Amino acid sequence: MQYDHILIRYGEMALKGKNIKKFIVRLQENIQHKLKDFPDVKVKRTQGRMFVLLNGHEPEPIIEKCKQIFGIQSLSLAIKVENDLDEIKEAALYALKNNESAEKFKVAVRRINKDFPTDSQTMNQVLGSHLLANTKGYKVDVHNPDIAIKVEIRLEATYITSSVTQGLGGLPVGTSGKSLLLLSGGIDSPVAGYLAMKRGVKIEAIHFHSPPFTSERAKQKVLDLAKQLTKYGKEIKVHLVPFTKLQQAIFKEMPEGYAMTIMRRIMLRISERVCENESILSMTTGENLGQVASQTMESMHTINEVTNYPIIRPLITMDKQEIINLSEEIKTYDTSILPYEDCCTIFVPKSPKTRPRRDKVNQFESMADFTELINEAINGIEVIKVSDKQALDPFFEDLL
Amino acid sequence: MIYLDNSATTKPDPSVLKSFDQVSSNFFANPSSIHQFGGETEQLLVRTRKQVAEILKVDKDEVVFTSGGTEGNNTAIKGIALEHQNRGKHIITSEIEHPSVLEACHGLEMLGFNITYLPVNQDGIISLQDLEHAIREDTILISIMHVNNEIGSIQPIKEVGNIAKQHPKLFLHVDDVQGLGKVPLTLRDSGIDLCSFSGHKINGLKGTGILYVNKHTKLFPLLHGGGQEQSLRSGTENIAGAVAMARALRLMKEREVQGIKKLYDLQKNLRNALLKITGVKMNTPETAAPHIVNFSMPGVKPEVIIHMLGEREIFISTKSACSSKQKDESMVLAACGFNGKRSASGFRVSMSYDTTAEEISHFIEALKKAIQQFKEVME
Repeated sequence: MQYDHILIRYGEMALKGKNIKKFIVRLQENIQHKLKDFPDVKVKRTQGRMFVLLNGHEPEPIIEKCKQIFGIQSLSLAIKVENDLDEIKEAALYALKNNESAEKFKVAVRRINKDFPTDSQTMNQVLGSHLLANTKGYKVDVHNPDIAIKVEIRLEATYITSSVTQGLGGLPVGTSGKSLLLLSGGIDSPVAGYLAMKRGVKIEAIHFHSPPFTSERAKQKVLDLAKQLTKYGKEIKVHLVPFTKLQQAIFKEMPEGYAMTIMRRIMLRISERVCENESILSMTTGENLGQVASQTMESMHTINEVTNYPIIRPLITMDKQEIINLSEEIKTYDTSILPYEDCCTIFVPKSPKTRPRRDKVNQFESMADFTELINEAINGIEVIKVSDKQALDPFFEDLL
Repeated sequence: MIYLDNSATTKPDPSVLKSFDQVSSNFFANPSSIHQFGGETEQLLVRTRKQVAEILKVDKDEVVFTSGGTEGNNTAIKGIALEHQNRGKHIITSEIEHPSVLEACHGLEMLGFNITYLPVNQDGIISLQDLEHAIREDTILISIMHVNNEIGSIQPIKEVGNIAKQHPKLFLHVDDVQGLGKVPLTLRDSGIDLCSFSGHKINGLKGTGILYVNKHTKLFPLLHGGGQEQSLRSGTENIAGAVAMARALRLMKEREVQGIKKLYDLQKNLRNALLKITGVKMNTPETAAPHIVNFSMPGVKPEVIIHMLGEREIFISTKSACSSKQKDESMVLAACGFNGKRSASGFRVSMSYDTTAEEISHFIEALKKAIQQFKEVME
C-alpha cells in the first residue's frame, strides 16, 4: 500500500459559472506541461476533482512542481482503493502510520456515493476503532488533531488523504489573456510579472538596453529573471529593444530635469507598438507609488498620458519590504540585485523632476522629433523565447 | 588491469576530461573581469553552480567549489572553530574520521580547543547516546563522516542531524567524500550545516570538490582575498575544475540507482567468496556501504600480497591511502576493537560502478594463488 495519487483542489476557480470548464482544462494542461519530466505521470479530471496519478514516481518532487502552478489552492497525497470496507480500513491505517510525528488523530468520512452501505457517521466510528486497535500510542481528538484522516467515498472509488499542502492559489496562467511586462532587471518588475501571472495572465516581456553603456551581463540578467518567471508559466517571449540612440538623443536634446520623464513616455510608446503587433491588450509594470521620481502621482499622470492601454500595476500600493519578501520567495531577488548597469541607472539626471507637468512635457517633445529613432528601435528589436524546459545556452549544457 | 582501489581515487571519465580541456582552452578569462569574455566565463560558472545545486537539492549560494575533500573538511572545521570560538571551544568528532578531520582537530587542540573523539563499536558505528552525552554548553561543532573510507561503515547521519537540530547553537559537518554516489544523503532540512564532497572519488578530477555551506552558517574563511565563492574561498575560480566536478556529479547521478544496486550484488558475491578462504576475517559490517569490502588475514603480511597481486596488474589496498604513511596498524580497525594482528593485516577492496563480476572473480582467484604462494615461502 502506498500513496499513488495527488488530489488537486481548485480555489477561487470553483466559483466560476458556466465557463469553469475553460479554467479546468487550462489547469490540466498547465499541470501536464509542468510534469513533463515524469513520463508515467497522468493528470485526470473527474467530477469536481483533479488527480495526478503517480504511477510509481516519487511524490515529493511532483508536489514541489505543483506548488508552482497557479490555480491550485491546495493538494494532498491520496490513496485510491475500491469501495470496500477492508481496503478502506487498510488504507486509513497506512495513512496514519505513515505520519511519524502525529499523536492525536481524527477520521472524517464523506460518503458521496449513497450506494455504499455504511453511512459516514458509522464509518467514522468503524475506522476510528480500527485505527486504535491496530496502533499504539495514538489518541482520538476530533477538535484539535495532529492529523486528520479524510476518507471520500465516491462513485468510482474511495480516496484516503491525510496532510494538506498549500498551493499558490490564483488562476491558471493563460486564462486571463496576455500582458506586456516592462522588465528592467531590478527587484520590482519580476515581482509584478509574477503577480500578474497569478491572476491567470500570460506574460511577454520588454526590456530596453543600451549597449555599450549596458553590458551583455545586464541583458543576461534580464533573461535569467524571465527564465525564473517561466517556472510559473511555460515560456516568456522577451523583446529586447536597442535603446542607445534614443537615450542619447533624449538626454542631448531635452531639458535635463525632464529627460527621465520623456524617456519613460517613449518607452511606453514603444511598448504600445509591441502590444499592437503581438495582439497584447495591456502592459504590466513594477511601479510603486512614491518609490522614485518617476513613480510620484504627478510622474505617473504625465507618463501615462501617451497610452490608453490598461496598465496593470500589481505593486502600486505595496511597501518596499513586502516586495523584497515576495522577490525572495519567488527567487528573483538574488538575480535582481546583481550590480550591472541598466539603461535606467546609466543616464540619470542630477535632479529629475518629481512633479513633471503634461503641458510642459508636450511643449518640450514638440521641439524634437523622435519618430524615426523610435521606428529604428522597434525594427531592431531582438526577440528571445525563454522557456522553462529548454536551456538558455545549449553549448554550456554540453560541457556540463 | 583490474583496479579495485576506487576509495583511494577513481579513473576520470573521458567526457569529464574533455569538458575540463575545453573549458581550460576556451573559457580561460577571469570571471571577475568586466569584459564580455569575463562575462561569458562567469555565466558558465553560474550555470555550473546551478547544476550542482539542483543535483544536491540545495540553493546555489550554498555551493562552494573547493579543491577536494581535504580542503572541504579543513574549511568547515577550522572555519566554524575560528568564527564561533567566542561561543565555545568544544568540538565532537569520532575516532575513525579521515585524517583531514582528525588532524584539523589535533591542530585546533594546540590552539586551545577541546575535542571529544567518540568511540565506535565493532561495526564501526558511533553510539547516539555517546553523542548526546558528549554535547556540552560550549560545543560548537559536531563533525561526523557519513561513510568510513576503510571499512565502509555508515554512520546514522539522519539521527545525528535530528540531535543537532535540538541544539541550535552548534553546527553539524558531515564528511560525505566516501558516501557520494554510494549511500544517498539528504541535505535539505537534515540538520546538516556543512558537507564535504570530492570530485576524484566519483570519476571526476583531482583538485575538484564541493563544500555545502548552509545559508545560515557563518564561517571564518581559510583563504582571504578577492571574495570569490561567497567570500568563503578566495582565489580565481577554477572554472574548468568546477565544470568537471559538475559533470562528474551529473554522470554519477544518472547511474546512481542502478550503480548502487550493482555494487550491492558485487559486494555480496565478493564477501561470500572471501569468507570461503581459510583465515579470512571480515571487517566490513553487513550494513556497510556497497563499494567497500575490508577483510583481514592475520598472519599474512598485507604488503607482500598487495605486491603479488600488483604483478598481475590487480590493484587493491591495505588501509586508506591517506593513512598508509603511518605505522602498520589500521587506526580504524583498532578503533573497532580488533586486536593488533587483525588490525595490522587489513585489506581493502573498493569498487566503482564500472567494476564487473568477472573482475571480482579474477581477483578472488589471484588472491587465492597469492596466499598459497605466500604460505609456501613462509613455511
